[in-house]
Amino acid sequence: MNATTVIYDERVTPLPRAERRGASLWLSAADMQTATGWKLEPQGLCRGDACVRVDKAWCDAEGRIDLMAFARHMDQPVTDDDGVVAFGESVNVRRDALFSLEGPDFSLPDLDGVMHSLSGYRGKKVFLHSWGSY
Amino acid sequence: MWQAVYVELKDQGFEMVAVAFDTAGTAAVEARIRCADLQDRPPVLARLMGWSDDLWARQAPPTYPCLIDEGHVVAELYNMRNVPQAVWLDEQGRIVRPVESAGTYDMVPHMNRETFEVPDAAAAHGLEVRNNYVDALRDWVKNGAASRYALPPEEVRRRMQGPKADDVIAANHVRLGRYLYSRGRLERAKHHFNEAVRLCPESWNYRRQSMMLDPERVGELNGGPDFFAAFDAHRHLPYYPEADLDKTGG
Repeated sequence: MNATTVIYDERVTPLPRAERRGASLWLSAADMQTATGWKLEPQGLCRGDACVRVDKAWCDAEGRIDLMAFARHMDQPVTDDDGVVAFGESVNVRRDALFSLEGPDFSLPDLDGVMHSLSGYRGKKVFLHSWGSY
Repeated sequence: MWQAVYVELKDQGFEMVAVAFDTAGTAAVEARIRCADLQDRPPVLARLMGWSDDLWARQAPPTYPCLIDEGHVVAELYNMRNVPQAVWLDEQGRIVRPVESAGTYDMVPHMNRETFEVPDAAAAHGLEVRNNYVDALRDWVKNGAASRYALPPEEVRRRMQGPKADDVIAANHVRLGRYLYSRGRLERAKHHFNEAVRLCPESWNYRRQSMMLDPERVGELNGGPDFFAAFDAHRHLPYYPEADLDKTGG
């Protein structure tokens, strides 16, 4: 069995114990939390304020969770290439975030590797502009 | 240049943040941003980009934060499709102007593709577009919500383009492609960037990045025949739609 690496939003996690079987990717609850931030609680899978009721079809006898089935339920894009699986955010989540008009936050490094978050500039007007070297 | 505008406005409760969409990371950006011969850049570039003599003369290496976005994350969050584009956020972090061309006029149809020279009429228009945009920015920094260029929420939403279903799939290919690039799996990385271009043809960021996704070409400006061929082949797609500075929209 080859090791699987999960990229979930910007988080990259190698998961040597994850099991690919058919269209499923089985993770222990602990691995699920490490890789995705979704924690198994009595009321469901929870992250921040959000909780999603767990469907029995996503669980196996060993208490593992099928991340692929969960992502389908969440309408997340899934892209797979030779042991590396990337998960994005659903179009509705992205769209709602943008149309709320609260500028989506992010953290990125500057040229010296120092991290900057957009939210760190609260209290000032921000002119956020993009460019590329190409 | 933006640095000159930044120096002018930075003490008025204003911050400028630049984000570079560059999968090769610092290596790609460093060469460009810290070039020692900034003052020697030919004036033809000022005409091409519409910078006034005044701002061009005051150009300097940026002292505002220049962030590196290897995964084009901000492009996905804000649905940015080209560079340079900008979004304005007020003191509460709320969007008061959605993503739009940052004072850029589409010069490609007008320019000489070898010398980058542009005819006087196009240069004059480019200068006007840039000046109007920079003036709008100055007005907003000075007047805040009272500025006619700070749009009310319903107008921001009306102008805003949200992502389509294929856009988030394209962004996910970039997410995976960026990882594969960082692991040296160049051919697979290219495959995923090409998929992103196919799914989101409106994104010039993805197209231009995919053309330059090669360690041999890091930091190089893609202004050769390949770029112009791609430009000509996609002329039906918006490149630099002019920012609409009229509050009511059109």
